[in-house]
Amino acid sequence: MARRILPGFPLALGITLVYVSIIVVLPLGALVFKAASLGFEDYWRIVSSPRAVASYRVTALSALAATAFNLVFGMALAWVLVRYRFPGRRFIDALVDLPFALPTAVAGIALTTLFAENGWFGSVPAHAGIKVAYTPLGIMVAMAFTSLPFIVRTVQPVLEDLDPALEEAAQTLGGSDRSIFLRVILPLLTPALLAGLSLSFARSLGEFGAIIFIAGNQPMSTEITALLAFIRLEEYDYQAAAAIASVLLITAFLMLAITNILQARALRYMARG
Amino acid sequence: MKIRLDNVVKTFETFRAVRDVSLEIESGELVALLGPSGSGKTTILRMVAGLEYADAGHIYFGTEDATDIPVRDRGVGFVFQHYALFPHMTVTENIAFGMKVSKVRRDKAAIDARVTELLRLVQLDGLGERFPGQISGGQRQRVALARALAVDPKVLLLDEPFGALDANVRRDLRRWLREIHQELGITTLFVTHDQEEALDLADRVVILDKGQIVQQGTPEDVCRNPASAFVMNFLGDTNRFTAAVSGGVARLGNATIPAPGFSDGPVEIFLRPSDLGWNVSGEGIPATVARVIDRPAGRRILAVTASGEAVELDVAPETQVSAQDKGIIIIERARVYAAA
Amino acid sequence: MSNPVKGRPPRVGDAPAFRRTLIGIVLALVAIVIIAPLAVIGYQAFSQGLQVYAAAIAHPDTLHAIGLTVVTALIAVPINTAFGVAAAWAITKFDFWGRRFLLVVIEIPFSISPIVAGVAYLFVYGLQGLFGPALDSADIKILFALPGIVLASMFVTAPFVARELIPLMQAQGRDLEEAATSLGASGWRTFFSVTLPNIRWALLYGVVLCNARVMGEFGAVSVVSGNIRGQTNTLPLHIELLYHDYQTAGAFAAASILALLAVVTLIAKVLLERQGAGRARRRPGLAAPAVAPKTASAEVSS
Repeated sequence: MARRILPGFPLALGITLVYVSIIVVLPLGALVFKAASLGFEDYWRIVSSPRAVASYRVTALSALAATAFNLVFGMALAWVLVRYRFPGRRFIDALVDLPFALPTAVAGIALTTLFAENGWFGSVPAHAGIKVAYTPLGIMVAMAFTSLPFIVRTVQPVLEDLDPALEEAAQTLGGSDRSIFLRVILPLLTPALLAGLSLSFARSLGEFGAIIFIAGNQPMSTEITALLAFIRLEEYDYQAAAAIASVLLITAFLMLAITNILQARALRYMARG
Repeated sequence: MKIRLDNVVKTFETFRAVRDVSLEIESGELVALLGPSGSGKTTILRMVAGLEYADAGHIYFGTEDATDIPVRDRGVGFVFQHYALFPHMTVTENIAFGMKVSKVRRDKAAIDARVTELLRLVQLDGLGERFPGQISGGQRQRVALARALAVDPKVLLLDEPFGALDANVRRDLRRWLREIHQELGITTLFVTHDQEEALDLADRVVILDKGQIVQQGTPEDVCRNPASAFVMNFLGDTNRFTAAVSGGVARLGNATIPAPGFSDGPVEIFLRPSDLGWNVSGEGIPATVARVIDRPAGRRILAVTASGEAVELDVAPETQVSAQDKGIIIIERARVYAAA
Repeated sequence: MSNPVKGRPPRVGDAPAFRRTLIGIVLALVAIVIIAPLAVIGYQAFSQGLQVYAAAIAHPDTLHAIGLTVVTALIAVPINTAFGVAAAWAITKFDFWGRRFLLVVIEIPFSISPIVAGVAYLFVYGLQGLFGPALDSADIKILFALPGIVLASMFVTAPFVARELIPLMQAQGRDLEEAATSLGASGWRTFFSVTLPNIRWALLYGVVLCNARVMGEFGAVSVVSGNIRGQTNTLPLHIELLYHDYQTAGAFAAASILALLAVVTLIAKVLLERQGAGRARRRPGLAAPAVAPKTASAEVSS
C-alpha cells in the first residue's frame, strides 16, 4: 500500500518470501500435515510408546546435564577470557567456536575415540569401572561439546560491556568480592545467561551427528529421539517418523519461544543500562 | 524555486505527525521550521525532500506538483542530521557522488573542477583525500553541505544542521551558512528545535506544535507578537501568572495590566524576565528576593511573591540587590492570553 | 602477571590465587574438551603413516565425496547469500506488516534438529510426500540425489547470512541509502557503492560460516541423500560409512579434511572479526557505524 522511499522492496521481499516458503515453510508444513493426518489415537500411541518415552528421557536428561556443565564451564571460560590477560588468551578465544565450525560427524568420531574404554580419556574412568562412550554419559559429552559456545558467546559481550563503575560503587559501599559477584555482576549477566542456556539446551535436544557415534544407540537406554525418528524412517515406518519428528519440532518451537522471550528481556535490560 | 505545501497530512501508525499543514516558501528565502521534538518539523522537511510521502495534500515546486516525484528525481539537496557521509569514501568522493550517479553525464575534469570549487566554497581546501572519520564534526557538516550542493539542487533542506556540534562551532557555522545562502541565493529550509538558531539565521520562522503551524513570520514578528502562550513559552524564559480580568483590565499585585478585548474572567499573563524591573517601591508585585544569579550581561533575581509564586527577572549589572531584600517587581511589558 | 593493570586497584576476582586457579581449571578443560578432539583427529589420521593417509584421501569414493561436498557448497552458498542479502534489505530498509514474524521464521532452521529437517523434506519430495508421486512420474529425482542434498543444506543454513547482516544494517539505519537516493543514485548503484562496502565484512563472515555448515552438515543430508556410496555420499556421510566399516584410518583421514576446513574457518572468522564483522549480532546496542554518532534514535521523527 504505502509507497516506499528506497528502491528494491518488491524484489527483496519477493526473493525472501519465495525462499522462506520453499526452503523452510513448505517442508515443515508437510511434516506437520503428515503427523496431523495420523489421527489422535495413532499419534498418541506412537509418541507415548515406551521406546519413544525412553528416548525423550535420555535426550532430555543428557541435555540437562550437558547444559548444566556448560553453564559452569561456559561462565568460567567467558570470565577468564574477559577479565584476565594471559598468554594464549586470543588463541583460546578463537578456539571456543570450534564446536560450531567442526562438522558434527567429525566431532562424533573424535569424541568417541577419546572417550572409548581404550581412548586417551575413556581409559581413566574405566579403571573405576565407569564407561563413558556408549552410555548416557557419552551422549552428555557429545552434547556438551556441540553446545559449548552458546553460553560463552552470550555472556562474553555482556561481561565486556559491564561498567566497571558498578563494581567500584559496590566496592566503595564495602562489598566483598563474593557478594559483589553474587549481588551485582551475576544479576546483570542473568538475562544473557538464560538466553545462552536455552540456546544450549535446544541445540542439545536436536543434536544428531555428534551423538550417534558415541551413544551406543541401544533402544530404551542410549537411543536419542532424533535417532529414533531416523530409525523409523529406515524401517519405512513413515507415520512413526513423522510423529516423532513432530515431537522434536514442537519442542524446538517451544524452546524458540522461550529463547525469544529471554532475549527480548535481555535486550531490554541492555537498553536500560 | 518557490515551494508550496497544500494541506499536507502525515500519519505514522496511529501518531498524527503532521496535520493539515499549508506553507509557502518564496524563491531564495531562508526559512526555519522550529518546534519541540514530536512537533512534526522533521517529517515536513522529509516530505519536501521526498523521503516520506504525504498521506494527503500536495507539495509544489514552483508550479510543478512534486508530491509524487520520487526523491531520486526531485532535485533537492538534503543535509542529514548526522550528515550520513559515506564512511568508505573520501571527502572528494562523497562530494562527487551525486555527479557520478547523475543521468547527466559529466566528464571527469568537469567533476574534479566542481569538487575543487565546492571544497573552496566550504573552506575545506586540502582535505579532499581525508575520510569522514578523519575530520572534525564541523568539517563533516560542511562536507555534507558541499555534497548536497554539488548536484545544483532546486532547494536546500537541512535537518537540525548544527544539532551535533559544540556551541562555539555552531555559532561560527551559522554565520557561515548565512553567508553561503546570500552568495548562492538558493531556497533553503531547515529544521531546528533551538529558537536562538532559528531567529539568528532565518528570514522567516515557522513555529510548529503537535503537527500544526502555530505561527509564522519574521524573527521580529514572532518575538514581538507571539500568537499564543505556546509560542511565548517556546521562544524564551517566561513567568506565568493567572489573573482575573474585569472591565478590560487585569490586576497583578497592585499593578494593572491592560487586557483590551478580553471579557471578564480568568486569563494567563506572561512576563519575560527582561520585561520586569526591581524597585524598592512603586506599583507592581511585592516580592522577596530568594537568590541573585550574576551573569556577564546582568543580574537575574529569583524572587518569591507575597502569594508564594516564584518569579525570575533580569536587571542591570549595577543594581544593588541581595537575598532576603523586599521590594516591588515593576511590570514594563506583559502579554495576556486567554486561560487554557 | 599478578596485577593485570598496574596502578589500578584490583577488581572482583583479581586476587592472584583465585585468578591462577580459575585460569588453570579453564585451560585444562579447554585442552580436554576442545583441543583434544582436534588433536585426536590428526593423530588417528596419520597413525598408520603418511602413505595410508594419502591412499585414503586418494580413494575414488573419498574423492567423489569431496567433489559432491564442494559442488553442494558451490550451489547452496551463493543462493543462500542472495537470499540473506535480499532478506536483510527488505527487513532493515523498509517497514511492513509481518516484519517481526518474518525475522522469527528465518531463524527457525537454527533451532530445529537437522533430522527433523531431513524428515520434513521426505514428506515434500519423497514418494510418500506431497510432490513425490508427481516428480516420480515426471522422472525428476530430488531425493537421494544432488537437489535433495542442496535443499536440505539450504534449510539448515537459511539464517546464516541474514542474521549477520540484519543487526548490522539495522544499526546503520537508512540515512546513507537515503542520502545516495536523494543525490540521484539508482537502487543498484546505491546498493553496490554505498550499502555493500559497509557490510562487506559481515557478509563475508556470514558466507564463511554458511559454507562451513553446508560442507559439514550431517543429519539433514543423511536423511535425504540415501547414502549411496560413491554417488550421494557427501564427505561427512562418507566418514560415517568408513567409520562403521572399521576403516578408522580412512575415516579420520577424511575427517582431517573437514577438521582443516574448520580451522581455516576459525582463522577466517578471527580475521573478519578484526574488521568488525560479527559484532552487530553479539552487541545489538553497540553496532552503530564508526562515523555517525549514535544518538539518532531519539529525534528521528520530531
